[in-house]
Amino acid sequence: MSAATEVRAARRRRTAARTSLTQRATYPSWFYLPAGVLYLIFFAIPTFASFYFSLTRWTLFDVEFIGLENYVQFFSEPQLSRGFTNTLVYGFVTSGAKVVLGLALAVLLTSQLIGRGYLRSVVFFPVLVSTIGVGITFTALLDPFDGVVNTMLAAFGIDGPGWFTDPNMALLTIAAVDVWKGLGIATLIYIAGIVAIPQEYFEAARVDGAGRWQQFRSITLPLVQPATATVIILSLIGGLRSFDLIWATTGGGPGFTSDVIGSVIYKQYQAGFYGLSTAGNVILFLVVTGIMVPISILLNRKAVEL
Amino acid sequence: MRRNGSWAVGIVAILVSVVVFLVPFVFIFFTASKDASEASRLEFSWPTTWAFAENLTEVLATRDGIVVRAFVNSTVLTVVSVVIMVILAAMVGYLLQRRQSRINGVVNFFVLAGLIVPPAVVPTVWVLQSIGLFKTMPGLILIEATFGLSFCILLFRAFVATIPRELDEAAIIDGAGPLRLFFTVILPLLRPVIITIVVVQAVNVFNDFTNPLYFLPGDENATVQLTLYNFTSQMVSQFNLLFMDILLITVPPLVMYIFFNRQIVAGMTSGAVKG
Repeated sequence: MSAATEVRAARRRRTAARTSLTQRATYPSWFYLPAGVLYLIFFAIPTFASFYFSLTRWTLFDVEFIGLENYVQFFSEPQLSRGFTNTLVYGFVTSGAKVVLGLALAVLLTSQLIGRGYLRSVVFFPVLVSTIGVGITFTALLDPFDGVVNTMLAAFGIDGPGWFTDPNMALLTIAAVDVWKGLGIATLIYIAGIVAIPQEYFEAARVDGAGRWQQFRSITLPLVQPATATVIILSLIGGLRSFDLIWATTGGGPGFTSDVIGSVIYKQYQAGFYGLSTAGNVILFLVVTGIMVPISILLNRKAVEL
Repeated sequence: MRRNGSWAVGIVAILVSVVVFLVPFVFIFFTASKDASEASRLEFSWPTTWAFAENLTEVLATRDGIVVRAFVNSTVLTVVSVVIMVILAAMVGYLLQRRQSRINGVVNFFVLAGLIVPPAVVPTVWVLQSIGLFKTMPGLILIEATFGLSFCILLFRAFVATIPRELDEAAIIDGAGPLRLFFTVILPLLRPVIITIVVVQAVNVFNDFTNPLYFLPGDENATVQLTLYNFTSQMVSQFNLLFMDILLITVPPLVMYIFFNRQIVAGMTSGAVKG
C-alpha cells in the first residue's frame, strides 16, 4: 500500500467520523425519548403484559395462572366465539363495500358532473360526525315499527325487516351504517389516486379507440392500485377493531348475534373477568396482525410504478 | 348527446345523495326542534311547533349543566393531547428522516406496530392504576396522545424530507444548538403539515368514545361522547333532547370542516398516491 492511499484513507476515515459526530450533535437521540417513554408505558408494556395476563384468572389485585383455559373457554362458548366469526365477517364486508363503492363514487366525482363540489362534501361529512351520534340516529331511522325507513317501505307495500332486531340482519345492518359513515374517506383517497394519473394515458387510449369501460379497466384500475391498497388496509384495520358503532346501536344484540371481539372484550371487562377479557384482546391482536401483515406485503408487491 | 347524459347522471346523483346523506342530518335537526311527544313518534316531518330554543336551554340545564361540563372536559382533552402529540411526533419524525442510524429500523417497526396493533384494554387500566392515573383526565390525555403518535410521525417524516438539509447546516454554523434548530427553524417550516395533523387528530380525539369509556368512566367528569351515550338510557322518552345533544356535538367538527376543508382532505388522503 502506498503512502498516498494510506493518507487518503485516513482522511476519509476522519471526515466520516466528524460527520457522524456532528450528526449526533445536531440530531441528538434523546429526541426519541419523550415519545418513546409514552409509547413504552401506555402501549408497549400493556401489549406485552396482555400475553401473560391472558393466561391468568385476574382481578387486578389477584393473579392466578391457569394456562390456556381462557382461550379454551373463548372458543368453546358460542356467545364468545360468535364474536370471532362476526369480526371477520364485519371486517371483510365493510372493507369490500368501501373499495367497490368508494372507487365507483370517485370515478363519478372526477368526471364532468353538475354539483360535483356539493357531492364531494356531502359524501365526506359523515366521516366527521360522532360515531355514537350516528348510531343513535340510525337506531331511530331504522326502528322496525315507527322508523322512517320502514314507514317509507310500507308506503310502497313492502314489509320492512327489523333491521337491528332481527338476529340475521343486525350485523349486516351495522356494517351498512359503518359503510355509510366511512365511505367518504375511501372516496377521497380514490379521488386523489385518480387525479394523479396523467391525462395523456386517457388521451392516447381514446385515440386508439378505447371506450369508457376499457379506459377504466386498463388504465384507471391498475394505476389506482396504491389507493386501493390504502383503502383496504385502513378499512380492514378499522373494521376488525370496531366497537363503538356496534355498542351504540345493538350493544352486540339481539342476544349475542352482533357481538364482535371488541364488544366481547368490553362485556367481559364489565363483568370482572379480566383474564378472559385480555385473552379476547390477544385474539384480536392475532387476528389483526395475522390478516394485515400478509395483506400489506401482498398489496405493496403488486404496486405498479407510474 | 353526451352532455345530456352527464346532466342526467348528475341530477340522479344529487337526488340519491339527498336521500342517503342529507335526510339523516335533516332528521337530527327536525327531531331536535320538536316537542317531546311529537319527537317520540320518530317521524321525518316538519315540526308543528318549533321548540328549538326550549330544547337547547333544557339540554344545557340537564343535571346542573352536565353537557356544558362535558364540553369543557372534551375541549381540554382535545387541546392538550393534540399539543403533546404534535410536538413529540414532530421530534421523532424529524430525527427519523434526518439521521441515518441503526435504530431507525427499530423505530420504524414500532411506529407501524402502533398503527396496527389494537391497544390491550385491561393491562392499560392496570398500568394506569399502578401509576395513579386511572379515572383521571391527565391519564386519558396521555393515552390519547400515545395512541395518536404513530399516524403523526408518519406524516411528519414524509414532510421533513421536503425541507432542505442546508437550512440545518446554516443554522448550526450560525451557532444554533439542536433545540434551537428544531424549535425555531424546523418547527415553523412544518406549519402546513402541523395544521393538517391538528385538525384531523382534534376531530378524532373529540369524537373518540372507546378510550374515555375505558379509562375515564363515571359521569362526573365525562366527555361529550360519554354523556351522549349515557343520555340514551336516561332520555328514552325525550328524543328531542337526545337529538339536540347530537346536534350540539356535531357543531365543532362541522366548524372545523368549513374552515379547514383542504387540510382535512390532505391529511386523510396522505399516502394514497404513493402507497
